[in-house]
This record gives sequence, structure tokens and C-alpha cells, in this order.
Amino acid sequence: MSSATSAKTTTPPAATAGPAPAGAGGPAGISRAGADDGRIPLRSHLRHTGALVRRNLLWIRQDPESMFDAVLFPIVFTLLFVYVFGGSIGQSLGGGQEAYVQYIVPGLMAMMGMNMAMGVGTGFNQDFNTGVMDRFRSLPIGRGSVLFAKIAVEVLRMLIATAILLVVGVLVGFDITDWPGLFAAVGLAVLFGSALMWIFITLGVTMKNAQSVQAMGFLVLMPLQFGSSIFAPTQSMPGWLQAFTDVNPLSSLADAARGLMVGGPVAHDLWLTVAWSVGITAVMAPIAIHKFRTKS
Amino acid sequence: MTRNDNDSGGAGSAVTVRGLVKHYGGTKALDGVDLEVREGTVMGVLGPNGAGKTTLVRILSTLLAPTAGEATVAGYDVLRQPRQLRRVIGLTGQYASVDEKLAGWENLYMIGRLLDLSRKEARARADEMLERFSLTEAARRPAATYSGGMRRRLDLAASMIGRPAVLFLDEPTTGLDPRTRNEVWVEVRRLVGDGVTVLLTTQYMEEAEQLASELTVVDRGKVIANGGIEELKARVGGRTLRIRPADPLQLRPLASALDELGITGLATATVDSERGAVLVPVLSDEQLTAVVGAVTARGLTLASLTTELPSLDEVFLSLTGHRAGAPQDTVPAETSEEAAA
Repeated sequence: MSSATSAKTTTPPAATAGPAPAGAGGPAGISRAGADDGRIPLRSHLRHTGALVRRNLLWIRQDPESMFDAVLFPIVFTLLFVYVFGGSIGQSLGGGQEAYVQYIVPGLMAMMGMNMAMGVGTGFNQDFNTGVMDRFRSLPIGRGSVLFAKIAVEVLRMLIATAILLVVGVLVGFDITDWPGLFAAVGLAVLFGSALMWIFITLGVTMKNAQSVQAMGFLVLMPLQFGSSIFAPTQSMPGWLQAFTDVNPLSSLADAARGLMVGGPVAHDLWLTVAWSVGITAVMAPIAIHKFRTKS
Repeated sequence: MTRNDNDSGGAGSAVTVRGLVKHYGGTKALDGVDLEVREGTVMGVLGPNGAGKTTLVRILSTLLAPTAGEATVAGYDVLRQPRQLRRVIGLTGQYASVDEKLAGWENLYMIGRLLDLSRKEARARADEMLERFSLTEAARRPAATYSGGMRRRLDLAASMIGRPAVLFLDEPTTGLDPRTRNEVWVEVRRLVGDGVTVLLTTQYMEEAEQLASELTVVDRGKVIANGGIEELKARVGGRTLRIRPADPLQLRPLASALDELGITGLATATVDSERGAVLVPVLSDEQLTAVVGAVTARGLTLASLTTELPSLDEVFLSLTGHRAGAPQDTVPAETSEEAAA
């Protein structure tokens, strides 16, 4: 089972873990660690993150249901919105259901990023409550490795969800006209989604249990998602709501993705989304890492 | 940064703790603890719930920062050299655990990689540790399906992947049935045989006696006694011999006969009429032998003859004059330790 990932290369051992004396559990010998300055080389960071990514992937294999959201969300939401609202909202866009497909698929892409990001916080709580995190924190690894591994796996889930969204979208009539634009839109959604992950990591580390993380996430997400241009044009919304949707970063992301994928103005929303992503990361990542480090 | 030299030469100290204090809000989980574990020995830290045992282990394994005081492990300072320190320790216990969703092998392989072993080494080491802790057959099963004893063995295996110089065992057998407890003890003794220095926390006098050569008794964040196991046992009255004659009518005559024997230093025998036994505290093997000899000489038929270690309660009673962890102190200490965990 492990051969696929583990049989590729063998890297030389790091300085600390030299070939051990024979015998099952010989101690390191207290006098051995002489010149150790405690720094962790980049290569070790990558190795640690890799080992933890593998762990998170094994979790998914152990518990395939955890992929349900990534698989079902895009299918259900695409079908629901296209067939329930598609006709009537499409009319207001000056077309019909086909017009709405072009509108909603980029919007849903923005939403996927956020929904996937929400999952990032849940696993941590479990790790803290079961004591696995204590084991990690008593090992000589950079404490960010655990976070980066988790984010890497969530980005992967995000990409899977996006791929499924696009396949379903094409099946219900979405026209991919601009491939580079499409990839750029996916990249932008992932960028924004991973910025959001720092928020959910912070929540996951600070809140007591997984349920409250999810309930909390849901409460924040619903108004943000619906109070945006993800699902419908904002022109018909009341002024106060428009004022909100205008500053809602999800609107920027959805509009930018739309511009990139189906054409239209891009630059303003694109830069706004990038700015939001960088800003959120710059503020939340240090907080998340700090909370994570000092949680005891 | 270089390691501090051990001043005591050859058998240096693997763990040194000086005036360690840890406050949680108003609760003093540790209130000035001093401790020294010599290389290659097993130090037992005995105390009731909330005594500060887990806090001590968490500080020594860099999971918690002390409020005041100093501690070094294998010469590394817990605050100034945490990363170097983490390379030379293993941690197993109530809190540090394996990943239940992963198979046993995957757990060990992952830890090998996190300890900078190459893939090949990590694989070999995982196989080796599973073999050693008799888990080879369960290697591919998720740890969640393991029995309590298998879980602890996997915990131990995980702690030993990096060939630690110092191993922290935080209540390694709490919650295990007696047979499984024995299994874990056997494994711990083997590790000690390999030369690992062990600091073990426990609530059981019996466990401390089985595994440790030296004992530190803690209560409410303070060390209330320390020394060699034998020395402390002598201070708390050694063992108790429980003699149950087949004929309950022989209880009182037996007790008074033992008192009249005149064995040096032998304490007064007491009668436990409820369970039909005579209890005699014995301080040495010689006393034990003399008492058994005297009983046999009387030609009594015995239903059972057992020795008992003093319970934690009795140890505390004789060392401190109060019962272990009086409720009003224990409860807040427990709560805050958990809240912080």
C-alpha cells in the first residue's frame, strides 16, 4: 500500500539521524548531540510537510466520506442553481438558462474555494483533543509543517471540487472559451481560498470542538455567499445590500473569475481579489501560527 | 549553542529540574519542584491526580513553558534549546498519542520521516519497531481497532523510533487492566535494559516499585519526598503481610502470638475480622521470613498468604500526615490542567 509513494527515492539521512547501531532500541546516547544548533534545514521542512501531507491523504483514504463535500457540492449546487433559478435569473441577464450557466459556473467556483477552506479547521481540533498534536509538538519539526501540510491537502480538495464543477458545468452547457483565462480563474479562486484557510485554522485552533467550528463557519459564510454577486447580479438588490456586496471580496472574486472565464472587465476585480488574499494572509497567517504554537 | 556539561561526571544527570514553577491563573500546578534523574535510571514520579505530574512532563518535553525555574533534559535547556531537546526525547502518555485513523505501520513510518529518517530507513525502522513490540500482524490495521494494550505498545514504539536518550512516560498504564499493565511493564523494562533513561509518572505505588529505581513523591505541585525506592518504602512501612487462616477462630490467637514473637522492629499485628485476616506490616525480607516461619511453626492451616504494597493513600498518609490530594485542592488543579491541555 505504501510502495507507490515510498519507493521512489531514498534521501540520505539528516545529520541528526545517522545510521543507528544495531539492536532494536539503542538510545541516542546523551553525549552524541554535540554540535546541534537546533536549526531545521529547508529540506527537512519539506520532508516533514510531505510526511504530514501523506498522513492527511491516508485520512481521506481511510474515510472516503470526507471527500463527499468536494464531490457532491459542485454537482448539487450546479444542478440546483441552473435548473431552479436558471430560467428566471437568466431572463434578467437577457437570455435564458444558457445565459445563467455562463453566469453561475464562475460564481460557484468562488464559492467552492470558500466551502473547501472551511474544512481546514476541523481536523486540528481532533488532533489537539486526541493528543496527536502533542506528539507532533514534541518532535523536532517546524511547527508550521502541520499547518502547511493541511493547507496543501485542502488546496488539492479545492482543485478536485473545481474540476468536478467544471465538468458538470460543461455538461449543463457551460462554454469554455478561454482556457488561459480559465486556469487563471482557478488559480485566483485557490489563492483566495487558501487565504481564507488561515482564518479557519485560527478558528479551529481557538474553538473547543469541531462542531462549533463548523457552526461558526456556516454562520459567517451564508450571508457572505448570498450577499455577493456569486448567484445573481446585484443591480436589483436594495441599496444597503448593494453597498455590502460591493465590498464583499466574494463579489470581487466571482466577478474576476467571470471576467477571466467568459469575458468582460477583469482588472479591477482581479487586483481587488489579490489584494484581499494577500491582506487576509498577511494578517491571519501570523495569528494562526501564533495561536497554533502557543496552544497548550 | 553548546550543551551544558554535567558536573557529576560519568553517570551524569539526564534530567535536571531546579525550582520549577507553573501557574495556571491562580492555581499552582507546580510550586518549586527540584528533581534529578541520573543517566540510565528510571525515576518514578508518584502522586495523585492534579499533583502536577503531567504539567512536569509537558514542561520537560517543551509542550509548556514554565512560569519560573529551570529544567534541562540531556543537557538541553527546555526554554533555550527546545528543538535540540526534542531530538533526544520520546514521549508517551495520556496526552501524546498515535493517530488512530492511521495503520500502526503508517504511524511509525510517519514519525520516522518527521525525525528525518530517509524513506528506506523509516520503513525499516517501522518494521523493526512493530516486530519488537509484537505488532507485526496488526501493522496494516488502523490503530483505532487496536486493544488498549496494543495502543500503548504502539505509543511506546512511536516514542522509540528516534532512539531517544530520555523517555517520558506519563501514566503509561492508567486505565489498563492488570494483565495489559503487566505487558506494558515488560516492555518498559526492556527499554530500560537498553539504557534509556526514563521518567515515569504514575498514581500506583506498585507501578513505581515495579519499574523505578528512584522515586519522587509529589503532591499539590510540591515534592514531598524523594529517594531510592527501598528507602522510601522503609519510611512508609514497607509491605503488609496479609495472613488468612482457614479457621477464622484462629485470628486473634494468631495476632497475639505474632506480637509475642519479639521480632526486632516488627509492628503490631492487626485483625481484619471482616475479611478474616491478620495484617502485619513488614519492613524487610528477613522480617517477612521470620513471620511466615512463626506461623508455620504453629501448625496453622492457611487459606491465603499475600503481601501488599502500601497504597498511594497510605504512602501519602505516612509521608505527609494527610490523605492524597484532598478534594478541595485537587479539583481546581485538575480542571485547570485540563483546560490548558
